[in-house]
Amino acid sequence: MELFRQTNIDFLGKTRLAVGISVALVLGTVATLAIQKGPKWGIDFRGGAVIYVKFRDNPPVQAIRSALEARIPGEISVQELTGTREVMIGTELKDERSLEAARQTITQTLQDRFGRTGSKLDFNNAGKQTLLERLRDPLQRASVTLSEQELQDLVARMLAFRDQQRSGILSNFKELSAVSGVTPAVLATLEQEAALAPFSFRQVEIVGPKAGAELRAKALLATLYALGGMLVYIALRFEFIVGVAAIVAIIHDTIITVGFFSWFDREITLNVIAALLTLIGYSMNDKIVVFDRVRENLKLRFRGPLRELVNKSINQTLSRTLLTAGPTLLCTVALYFLGGPVLNSIAYALIIGIIVGTYSSIFVASAILVAWQEWLERRRKVRGSPVAVPVSNAKETARRRPAKAGRQV
Amino acid sequence: MSTRTRAIIILGVILLSIYGVIALWKDGRLLGLPKSAAQLRENLKENIRLGLDLRGGTHMILQVRVHEAAGSEADGVIERLKEELRKARIDYASIDRNEPATVEQTDSIQINLRGVPAARTGDLRGLINERFAAWLPTPVNPTDYRLTMRPTEMIGLKRETVERTIRTLERRINSLGLTEPVIQAHGPAEKSFQILIQLPGVDDPGRVKQIMGTAAVLELCEVKDGPFGSPEQARAKNGGVLPLNTKLAPEVRRPGESGEAWYLLNRTPVVTGRDLRSARPGRDEFQKWETDFTLSRDGGRRFGRFTEANVGNRLAIVLDNQVRSAPTIQTAIPDGNARITGAANQQDAADLALILQSGSLPAGIDYLLERTVGPSLGADSIRQGVVSGLVGLAMVVTVMLLYYRKSGVNAVIALLLNAVITVAVLSYFEAVWTLPGIAGLILSLGMAVDSNVLIFERIREELRAGKAVVAAVEAGFDRAFITIIDTHVVTVVSSAFLFMFGTGPVKGFAVTLVVGLIANLFTAVFVSRTMFDWALSRRAQVATLSI
Repeated sequence: MELFRQTNIDFLGKTRLAVGISVALVLGTVATLAIQKGPKWGIDFRGGAVIYVKFRDNPPVQAIRSALEARIPGEISVQELTGTREVMIGTELKDERSLEAARQTITQTLQDRFGRTGSKLDFNNAGKQTLLERLRDPLQRASVTLSEQELQDLVARMLAFRDQQRSGILSNFKELSAVSGVTPAVLATLEQEAALAPFSFRQVEIVGPKAGAELRAKALLATLYALGGMLVYIALRFEFIVGVAAIVAIIHDTIITVGFFSWFDREITLNVIAALLTLIGYSMNDKIVVFDRVRENLKLRFRGPLRELVNKSINQTLSRTLLTAGPTLLCTVALYFLGGPVLNSIAYALIIGIIVGTYSSIFVASAILVAWQEWLERRRKVRGSPVAVPVSNAKETARRRPAKAGRQV
Repeated sequence: MSTRTRAIIILGVILLSIYGVIALWKDGRLLGLPKSAAQLRENLKENIRLGLDLRGGTHMILQVRVHEAAGSEADGVIERLKEELRKARIDYASIDRNEPATVEQTDSIQINLRGVPAARTGDLRGLINERFAAWLPTPVNPTDYRLTMRPTEMIGLKRETVERTIRTLERRINSLGLTEPVIQAHGPAEKSFQILIQLPGVDDPGRVKQIMGTAAVLELCEVKDGPFGSPEQARAKNGGVLPLNTKLAPEVRRPGESGEAWYLLNRTPVVTGRDLRSARPGRDEFQKWETDFTLSRDGGRRFGRFTEANVGNRLAIVLDNQVRSAPTIQTAIPDGNARITGAANQQDAADLALILQSGSLPAGIDYLLERTVGPSLGADSIRQGVVSGLVGLAMVVTVMLLYYRKSGVNAVIALLLNAVITVAVLSYFEAVWTLPGIAGLILSLGMAVDSNVLIFERIREELRAGKAVVAAVEAGFDRAFITIIDTHVVTVVSSAFLFMFGTGPVKGFAVTLVVGLIANLFTAVFVSRTMFDWALSRRAQVATLSI
């Protein structure tokens, strides 16, 4: 099967349109960021406390909000993650100690108002150790004789069942009958000692303002250094301007992806940063493939303007560009729909990134190179003085280094 | 290299990789191949180490309040200095210290000694040099002095505070019986005074935090007055100021009690946590839980003398500057046994005993960051990740097979092999799998597919240009190789920077990515090429290629 056979599309002829689209998207992002005072940072960068709670039934968002507003000073957000029965409860900034207090109030309030387990242990939110302590004596009284090891294994199995089979929430202790070792006597003891709150704490994140600022600075710095490293490598392997073209295109991709996060009100978390790094790597990969082809075609002593040569190179690599982008996009779409809330934001960044990255490999990176070259040529014509032309330099370099390039044509 | 040699190398790597994944490695030692299906599962679980985000658990970064340690060090020096000055008969008007408010201000700690007769200057200097060598006296004017801590001593004090905090936390956490806890200094030691704590599988961080965070400074103090409804009331009764050598402490409110209660206490405790010998949970006469403790011989004697002299007065049991209870002394207590009442349940009482036993923290701690992932979320993430990963893989495989037919088989084998090698290398290095790490793996697998696509498209192009099959394959691999090297090296370079400058999750991303890329150079170029050569060499006449 072949989908793209020797295409001959004038990609560079559409530079005007591409510039329009790119500039609009980049400016749109910049404007949004300026209005919103930066991207919507996740709690790990912003500082604050966020608690994710999964409910058995539809979460009573309004009731939770009013219960918490009465007890926590300052802003509190209660948000339902659509389609997951999960609620995200967040509170902002403040200092480290009040964050800790807020978290305790939130968990306590939920337990009191919605858990209603009374003096019984909440099985759905119990840890192994706590459950073990709670059951040890009553089980003995109920004459269930288990060695300490057997008891520990039993508790571990019950909790594993809760977490792996029931996503953390049981609605009835009878469900545990499926677990080996849970006899009617054990069940009876459980029912007498524990109760089932209709929710389970999924995730807690508390980031003090200090740690948040530190994380943000470090992630940003690491990304900048990584971009710098790429620039140096490409400048060494190709020409400096090629490196610049690639980096500009990649920054363009990253900005637009961040824009899509801002426009659709998604948070940039530490995991999203990992996704952005992934798309930077992916996009760079794409650009190098095209530039490599340009370099190779230059070696072939292609006669004619650079514009045509670059166009030819893009066309030659088009089928590989789309064939790589296609399956990768399919993978990330699968991740987006099936991956759950955590992987969802990673997949979202990758989907946007792959589309924008592929577009910029075809329309942006090469266009920058050609524009630079043509600008140099115009200047040479005007001034009539010889100016070093990077791309023809590449031609020179290639001729001087046949052994290193390694391939005779 | 002949196809045969290459085949042997490849087979060797495959076997080694599979061995690396299924055999159990621990602490760099090989513990053997699995002998049953159950053991295989166990080994895989052991080899594929899951990070806290996948396994569930708590990740925390704490800040040690080193300035508090500097403050209490200065307090100790002030007490001793008063004593020494009295012995040496050096008069002084007042002695006090400043109060650094943040960790960054720790170095600014100073003791102010005022009103020393100018004639005794020499004696004072001699005394300080001899007895308080860690402190540097600077005259402010002929009679007043400022004592500051020598920089080397300050560094030592800070380091020791952090180390002692780590040791105390270790004792507390270890007694909870958790598996594989990580407790270590975090960030540059001279600047940040932070501690990283990772507790895999902890789903009740509230309790752990309470156990860790309690400074556990236990003091038994004489009650001078109170209780008052507020600190202002207490001051108002004493003419707006606190009497000398006293302090105010609030009482912990029990459920059902309303309002505040403040006690005016003697600043110098009768006995402290240092005089503690043991502590354990117990029950009082009403079967309520409490924490009983026994004092050391020396502490017990002091306690006995004090209770004897103060029958009918009140004594406050103060934990971390909060009054736990303030019972009236009924009789002298000569045996050094005392108790803290008011535990909610047995666990509460046992936790407090544990905290008292493990010793007090040298300084308070702040939680800079906490990330707790419940075990069900981790399990869900893994399941959803595996499902979507398999679906994604199936789609890629389908596309490759449909589009490149038999050559696609080649690519799929290379891809799977890449995954196996990566997993093997990661488990060999005992790397931990986290979500960002998996993002790195996805990118490396994406680039593996890409390498194959690059090569195949190139071969097709060469075929279209009219080359014979063998020549086209050779040219395809050779040309694509340059590009593959460029894309891989540039990614490795950027990953190196991410590894050097990034934080934990970003590092995990970089590591899996680099490992995956190196594996890919081997599979996409070397292995795939060998398979082509092998397939072509089996046919006498190669006129067509299924690509």
